[in-house]
Amino acid sequence: MDITRRHLLVLLPAAAVAWKFVLAGTPEASPNYKLSEHWWSMLIDIPKCIGCGSCVRACAEENDVPDGYFRTWIERYHVADWKIERPEVESPNGGKQGFPPNEISDGKNFFVPKLCNHCADSPCTQVCPVGATFVTPDGVVLVDKNYCLGCRYCVQACPYGCRFINPKTNTAEKCSLCYHRITKGLTTACCEVCPTGARQLADLKNPKDPIHEFLRTHTVQILKPHMATGAKVFYNGMDGSVR
Amino acid sequence: MQIPVEGFMYPNEVELQWSVLIVLYPFITGLVAGAFILASLERVFRVQAVKPTYRLALLTALAFLLVAPLPLQLHLGHPERSLEMYLTPHRSSAMAMFGFVYLWYLMAVLLLEIWLDYRRDIVLKSETSTGLARLCYRVLTLGSSNISERSLRIDERLGYFITLIGIPSAFLLHGYVGFIFGSVKANPWWSSPLMPIVFIFSAMVSGIAAVMLLYMVSTRLRGRQIDIRCLDKIAQYLMYTFVIDFSLEMLDLLQRIYEADESFRSLDFMVHTRLWKSQVIVQILLGTVTPIALLGLTQILKLTETARKRIYALAGCLTVIGIFAMRWNVVIGGQLFSKSFLGYTTYKMGFATREGLLIAIVLMILPFGILWVLVKLLPPWPDAVSLSASGATPAHGTS
Amino acid sequence: MFKDIEHLIRLAAVIVIAVAAFVVLRAAVIPASFGQYGHYRGAAIAETAARPIAFAGHDVCEGCHTEEAEQKKLGKHVVVACEACHGALARHADDPSALTPAKLDTAVLCARCHEANSAKPKSFPQVVTADHSGGIACDTCHQPHKPKIEDEKPGGKK
Repeated sequence: MDITRRHLLVLLPAAAVAWKFVLAGTPEASPNYKLSEHWWSMLIDIPKCIGCGSCVRACAEENDVPDGYFRTWIERYHVADWKIERPEVESPNGGKQGFPPNEISDGKNFFVPKLCNHCADSPCTQVCPVGATFVTPDGVVLVDKNYCLGCRYCVQACPYGCRFINPKTNTAEKCSLCYHRITKGLTTACCEVCPTGARQLADLKNPKDPIHEFLRTHTVQILKPHMATGAKVFYNGMDGSVR
Repeated sequence: MQIPVEGFMYPNEVELQWSVLIVLYPFITGLVAGAFILASLERVFRVQAVKPTYRLALLTALAFLLVAPLPLQLHLGHPERSLEMYLTPHRSSAMAMFGFVYLWYLMAVLLLEIWLDYRRDIVLKSETSTGLARLCYRVLTLGSSNISERSLRIDERLGYFITLIGIPSAFLLHGYVGFIFGSVKANPWWSSPLMPIVFIFSAMVSGIAAVMLLYMVSTRLRGRQIDIRCLDKIAQYLMYTFVIDFSLEMLDLLQRIYEADESFRSLDFMVHTRLWKSQVIVQILLGTVTPIALLGLTQILKLTETARKRIYALAGCLTVIGIFAMRWNVVIGGQLFSKSFLGYTTYKMGFATREGLLIAIVLMILPFGILWVLVKLLPPWPDAVSLSASGATPAHGTS
Repeated sequence: MFKDIEHLIRLAAVIVIAVAAFVVLRAAVIPASFGQYGHYRGAAIAETAARPIAFAGHDVCEGCHTEEAEQKKLGKHVVVACEACHGALARHADDPSALTPAKLDTAVLCARCHEANSAKPKSFPQVVTADHSGGIACDTCHQPHKPKIEDEKPGGKK
């Protein structure tokens, strides 16, 4: 135990602070975290995704997501030749156990990881009747499970299918962008375990974040831009068939 | 529990969020709004012919309005937190604002109008009745037993004014239910500016039909003669509103078919498969075209009184079924397809579960129980003796 | 005349009392932090942030397991975080004696990423495991922390 502690002191400063707080069980974010200094988002690099399902499993473990529900999931697309409006999509158990091999030779095949888009103008927070879901000052859409009625209006309002009702708490649930991790200087569980770097947590308010350079130099899209939700999960190399 | 899925759904979409209880909710509020609008015909537009149904329509509206929040409560994951809707209402939420529209309509319109209209009866009954009933009436008088000519005239004028506010309020009540669905941009089956208007007219249709049926049944139960002039008039109004309602729905449909936007292929397939029975057969053919045709028949042909009554009864029943199917198709239909437009899920209604069929049936019977109590407490029909009472003063009800 | 509108005044009084009661009740039961940042319970932010973590993060792992970290730096798996294979181990990082990481079956583990699938990017090394190894454990030949086999020409089958 002592050795561990000593080692911790030589860690990256942010992680070290975080670790002390995690260990102490302090019910607050790390003290050097300021809400106003961040604006969180995520970058998904589709050409890097191998559909291994690590992110889905890690998310379920980190956030205690019940079986059959998903804060993040992976879809496998198959677009035959020019049938861009009619892709074939599958997501067996959210891609949690990966995908069985497929032998389709025509057209193109690729994986698309999905999660809450942490919309700046989110339709889900707009419709919540009591203010139990909201955009935090640092740009994360959260659910207050101690205040949520379970009316399910937000589930209906999300164009991306990111929300569900947790059968244990009977309240709305969704990706929290691992808020308990990112406020402690760690990355999200899904980004942590992604073996190819297809998922990258990004802070749009941090001028040193590599996201800025990436967005300048790549062809990047968001999901369903016609919904005008201000989505903050950016997809690199996304095919037009993705919805 | 495996839910049959066809094609691709986002994994969280497989389970339906809003059950049969949420079908009941717009159905019930629709009956309320429709019944009130029928009642206000007599009061504001001075349609003397429908007078026999005035008070019955008001009590029906109240009975259903009291039940309206119950399906919502039962469906909530945390019913004990429902008061938050009033404590911290979110101004941008259609649902939160509906709480206030509901309260306004219940308190400021319906209860007030009934109270003013019945005050004379309440005061008289507080003097003649005994026991618990007496206590009830005493509380309802608010401690003032003044039923002088002048005070009643003031009540009458105030009541008129409230009805005047009540009509837009009833429109607001149900139009707002339409807005709750129509404003969900993520769902192309719901998202439509016509939704509130379609909801208002379908509400009027169902409310008028329900009061018509209730009037027929209650008159028969009391062994009285049905006022056929009144019935003819109601049926006429039913037909007119139904034609408007149907036109609006067809307009919406035509627009969707012609525009054929990204969601069309998916929705069209759904209507032709999973919604074929409930939408095309029950709602449109059986529940809309047939009753309109039947009612049209009574306008064109010279039929006997008995024949007309039978047709009205049949058309009324079909109408109520048709409007229920419409609510079903809106609420359930809007959740059967994936927002990826690539697949469909299935709705499996439980029976004795919290949101199952049994509860739905109980909730549909409950308003009639409440109506029965209300009718006992505040009889809506004038006594045979006082039938000659003039239209301006409230009808006597000291039976 | 007052007498003829007395019942209405009484009614108005009832309404005023009801509204006043609601206003008082509302002030009493609204959570203290409601509205701190916006139309929601401000305390919910800290409550969400207070959730314990399950994945320690590779920085913490590498604080102790320096040898493995050095090994990894020499190969392509440098980008793969420790817990991607070993699982969530915050409890182990907290107290190494509390939880001993399970021994991994490489025949299953490696296939998760490297089993051939036409949807995987072409540049990603993938094999049909049945043909490639016939089900024997991958670490018979490959060292997971530095998977490239040094002595032979790389990747017999790709």
